Formats: sequence, C-alpha cells, structure tokens
Amino acid sequence: MNLSLHRLLAMARKEALHLRRDPRSLGMAFAVPAAMIIFFGYVISFDVNNIRLAVLDGDRSQRSRELVDALLAAGRFSIVQRTDNRHEAERLLDRGSVRMVITIPPGFQKNLAAGEPAPVQALVDGADANTAAIALNYAGSIVSNFSARVTLQASQRSARPVDAASRVWYNETLESSNMIVPGLVAVIMMIIAAMLTALTIAREWERGTMEQLAATPVHRVEVILGKLLPYLGIGLVDVTAAVLIGMVVFDVPFRGNPLLLLGMTTLFLIGTLGLGIFISAAFKSQLLATQTALLATYLPSLILSGLMFDIAGMPLVLRVLSNVVPAKYFIVVLRGIFLKGVGLEVLWAQGVAMIAFAVVGLGLAVLSFRKELA
Amino acid sequence: MKPAVEVRELTRTFGTFTAVDRVTFDVREGEIFGFLGPNGAGKTTTIKMLAGLLAPASGTGIVAGLDIRTQAERVKQLIGYMSQLFSLYADLTVEENIAFFAGLYEVKGPRLVERRDWVLEMAGLTQHRRRMTGELSLGWKQRLALGCAVLHQPPILFLDEPTSGVDPLSRRNFWDLIYTLAAQGTTIFVSTHYMEEAEYCHRLALMNRGRLIALDRPAALRAQMPATILEVATDNGPLATQALLGAPGVIESAMFGRAVHVVVEDRGHALRTLPGLLESRGLECREIREVPPSLEDVFVSLVRREGGAVAG
Repeated sequence: MNLSLHRLLAMARKEALHLRRDPRSLGMAFAVPAAMIIFFGYVISFDVNNIRLAVLDGDRSQRSRELVDALLAAGRFSIVQRTDNRHEAERLLDRGSVRMVITIPPGFQKNLAAGEPAPVQALVDGADANTAAIALNYAGSIVSNFSARVTLQASQRSARPVDAASRVWYNETLESSNMIVPGLVAVIMMIIAAMLTALTIAREWERGTMEQLAATPVHRVEVILGKLLPYLGIGLVDVTAAVLIGMVVFDVPFRGNPLLLLGMTTLFLIGTLGLGIFISAAFKSQLLATQTALLATYLPSLILSGLMFDIAGMPLVLRVLSNVVPAKYFIVVLRGIFLKGVGLEVLWAQGVAMIAFAVVGLGLAVLSFRKELA
Repeated sequence: MKPAVEVRELTRTFGTFTAVDRVTFDVREGEIFGFLGPNGAGKTTTIKMLAGLLAPASGTGIVAGLDIRTQAERVKQLIGYMSQLFSLYADLTVEENIAFFAGLYEVKGPRLVERRDWVLEMAGLTQHRRRMTGELSLGWKQRLALGCAVLHQPPILFLDEPTSGVDPLSRRNFWDLIYTLAAQGTTIFVSTHYMEEAEYCHRLALMNRGRLIALDRPAALRAQMPATILEVATDNGPLATQALLGAPGVIESAMFGRAVHVVVEDRGHALRTLPGLLESRGLECREIREVPPSLEDVFVSLVRREGGAVAG
C-alpha cells in the first residue's frame, strides 16, 4: 500500500469544487444545521410556562388572597378566571380553557388561625401527563412554602426548624434549553454529516465518473480520506456555528475547554462522515443512500441518545441498543464541556467511544469502496 | 521485442453469460491495434479487464509486463484509459479536470504546467480552459478525455470506442491525435464499430459474440475474403437486388449506394451469367466489375464461415 498525500489532496480539492458549485449541497452543509439548531432550540422545551388557571376562592379572606398572590408571583401561572361556581370551573377545565383549577374552601383563614389543617384542592387536566405533573409540582411547592411561612409566623420564630437548602448544579436556572441545545448539536451533526457524504460515492457511480476514477492509480484510502476532508471542514464550521448560536441565542453557558471539544467533535465527525460514505458506496444510488442515511441516523439519535428520553427508564433491549448510538456519547461530551466544564478526567470513556466510532466509520467506508466495476 | 499486451485464453462471464470467451492475442509495442465488432461483441469487457477495471474469470493478461490479475494498480500507472461513455466531471472546468487527473497521476511541478499546456493545445481547448466541461461539444469533451488519459505519458493507451456519437469531422480530428500519439511511440489499443476507422489501424482484431474471429492487417484480412464482390450498375437497384439474390452461385446481394454489391463463389461464372440473368428480367446491366471487399464484407463473411450470426 503506497499512499500519496498528493493524490489525496487532489481528491479533496476536486470534492471541494463540487461542493462550491452545488447550491443544494451548500445549503445542506451550512444553512440547514444552523436553522435546525434555532428551530429545535425554541420548539423543544420541557419548561412549563404560562399555565392557565381558574381560581375558585370560597373563603375570600386575606389569607386566601395571599395564597393566590403567591401562586402568581412564581411567574409560572396566569389566572384566566376567578369564579364562585364549581360547575363553571369544571366546564373551563373540560373545554381546555384552563389547565388547573385551585379551590380554596370556606373557612381557610379560620382554620389556619386555629392551627387546624386547611386543605386546598388543585384539579389538573391530566390529558398531557407530563405538563400536568410539572404544573402540580409547581403548585405543590408554592403551597408548601406558603404553609411553612404561615407556621413560622404562628410560632413567632425567625427560622424554619429544618431547612432543606437545595441547590442545582451545572444548570442552575434549570432552563431546559441549557440541556437541549448541546444535545441538539450532536443529533443534528449526526444527520447532516451522514447525509452529506451519502451523496459522494453514489454520485460518481450515477454520473459514470467512477469509471475514469477507477482507471487511475488512486488508492481507495486516498479516495475516502480525500472525499472526507472537505466535509470534515464543513462539519467543524457547523459545530462552531452551533456552539455560538447556543451561547448567543439561547444563553447556554460554555464552561469547558474548546480544544477538547474540537478534538472530540473531529472524531465524532470522522465516524459519521465515514458512515455516510459507507452507505453511499453500498447503495450506489444517491436517492437510496440519502434515505438510508437519514433513517440510520435520525431515529436512533433522536430517541436512543438520551436527548429527549431518559435511557435509564427504557426497557432492557433499548438500553442495550442505545450503547451503539454514537450521539449518546457525544451528547454526554457536549453537555459535560458546555455545562460542567469537565475535561478528559471525566470524559475519557466517551473519548474512547469517539475513537472507536471514528475507526469503525472510516473502516466501513474504506472496506465498502471498491475500484472494480461490476 | 516483447509485446506491449499479451492475452492468453482470457475469459469473463457475467452470471451465465460469457462476455469474453477464451480470447488470445498480442499487441506489439508502438502499433495501433484495432478492436472491431458490433455492440455486445465483448470489446469493452476485454478492454476493461486489460485496464484493471474488471477481474478476469480465467486466462491471463500481461500489460506492460505486469499481470492484470495481481498487479492491476501498477498497470494503471503505465496505461491511459478512456471509457466509452464520457466520464470526466461536468461541473468542473477544463483546467480543473486536467488538474485533478494530473494530481491522481502525480504529475506535478514544471511537468504539470508543460503537460497541461500540451493537452490544452492538443485538444484545441486553450481558449476554453475556464469553461465548464459540461458545456463543451461532444467532440471537445472526447479530446479532453483523451488528454486527461495521457497526462502522465503512458506507454500504452486504451481507447474504448472513443469516437462513438461524434460527427465525422471531429472523428477525423480525433484520429489525427491518435496518429500523433502513435508517432511518439505510444502503443494504442482502440475499439470501434466504425468500419472506416478500422482501416486506420495497423492490425485489426475482429470480435463477435465474445470470440476473436480474425486478427491481421486490414489489407490481409481483405485478401482472406474467400468470395468475390461484384459491383453491378443497373437501372433499377431494388429489383436487381431481388433478382440476383436467388441466382445460382450468388451468396449475398445488397444495395450499395445506387449500385448492387453481389457476393459470388466463382468470379468467371458470375461475370458470364449475371448480365443475361438481369436482362431476362427486363433489367439493364450497364456495368459489372470486381471491387475489393470492404471490411464489412470481410466481417460478415467471416462470421458466416464460423456458422454464427452477427450479434448486435
């Protein structure tokens, strides 16, 4: 095997020229990933805001008003309607005009003053279980805070007997975009990179240029690496842009080492681009190859990567399968470097996974590419 | 002198179809070796095997002293190959295509400049060096493809139907280039299905249905022709062709321009009897004379002698 850098670079230059002349590939390479980050960054959110609320205040006392104010002060709820009529409140819930009905029964203030239990009812629309649970959680914590304050006032003490001083690390504000955006980078790059290279070998077969290429002494490793090189450049530009978009548009903190991210990204991209070339060489048709590349990258990266669904809660088969989804490891790397600022001392296992992915992707690409015409 | 190409019992099958069937021949160094036959005769498959693009099923091929089975990649450094279908990059300019193939053949430095300019001039593309290759006429595309195949000055050049689909003037220009390369010592292996192009070759191999049916100089091939061709000038070509077809001693009768070409077994007998035969049918026989057989006549008669049909 006599590899020549000269031939490899000739291959890379030619591939870059194709890219420069093809607006569709250019759009796919640059515009689509940036647009996807922004679009998905806004759309995918686990934060529940602006929960519409109806309040049925049967007590109409100072205490009951204080409780309602406390609910509103958190900024998560907005009152759509105050009512005295239980049936009307239920109708609002039926129609979906409100998500939650808070009922404060008569005697609320009196019970509090007497040190008796003073129950408050929260009726929630459980059709969207996730939102319902979060809304209940918010309401519950606001009410229990209120309750603690009342108890403290009653006992004339300045501090709670037991105070759970909880603090959230890494994503202090618990903004879900901080978690989603770094993960999105992994999923989007997985899809885009594989789609881009899925075209390259198939195009040579479809246009008949493979015949002339195969007639030259170029080595298949030179062909694969030469084709990969311009796309690796594009991928690195894309990831840099995505990181900047995350920081500027979504205020995601970047605390780690950019060079570590660069190294990990390079390995991840080599693996993904290689996978695309493998698919392209195996199918020899641009249409089939892009569809296969989309299917092979999109679903596993979205579902089994831990971006949207917690892997630990999945059935055993899916948990095992998720171990071969490269995005799963890259998401840990991205979140670790973005939010935690950790280095290789923590991410070494993911580093090994990235190296393995790069080797497998490139290996598949080289082995699947043959210069012989059939 | 060692032959440039040595082929022994070379065979290639695709499934149950035998595209090339135990073909044996040598190509001498420096000659223009023509490969003639209809589409599907196995010419392209043979050339692809010799260019290292297809593996033979059996038999051997030695190109430039290297075995095509085990040293195909080294063979590729010593040959130029131009495929039947245009296979340069349409979205690259003329110069970019040249630069790309020069890169793959590791032609660099001052030699690159010299070879690039030589190719541009040879192909007549100096003025159009920055044009997209896809916009060029077919004749220009083919000359550019030839140029890209000889950038590295290979001693052997394989051209697979290089002029198919090109107008006669461009074809003539292309053959001038082939002669120029041959004069510089390049061995040229060219396939064609144009009979008149076959005449330009030093030696000619005739292929039909995967088999080599004859190999010689064009003149010698014509001399092998067992029968005689008579050209008959008459007042009604179509009727005369019909009348002569069933006549005793006539093998074949066909229109040839305004005249009729008749293939006969016995020249003397035919010259004596055919004018009378035509006149008995009310047709005028203005002239009857022997003409040298064309390569097409030779080809058809050789295929007949083999007892086969012409593929295509």
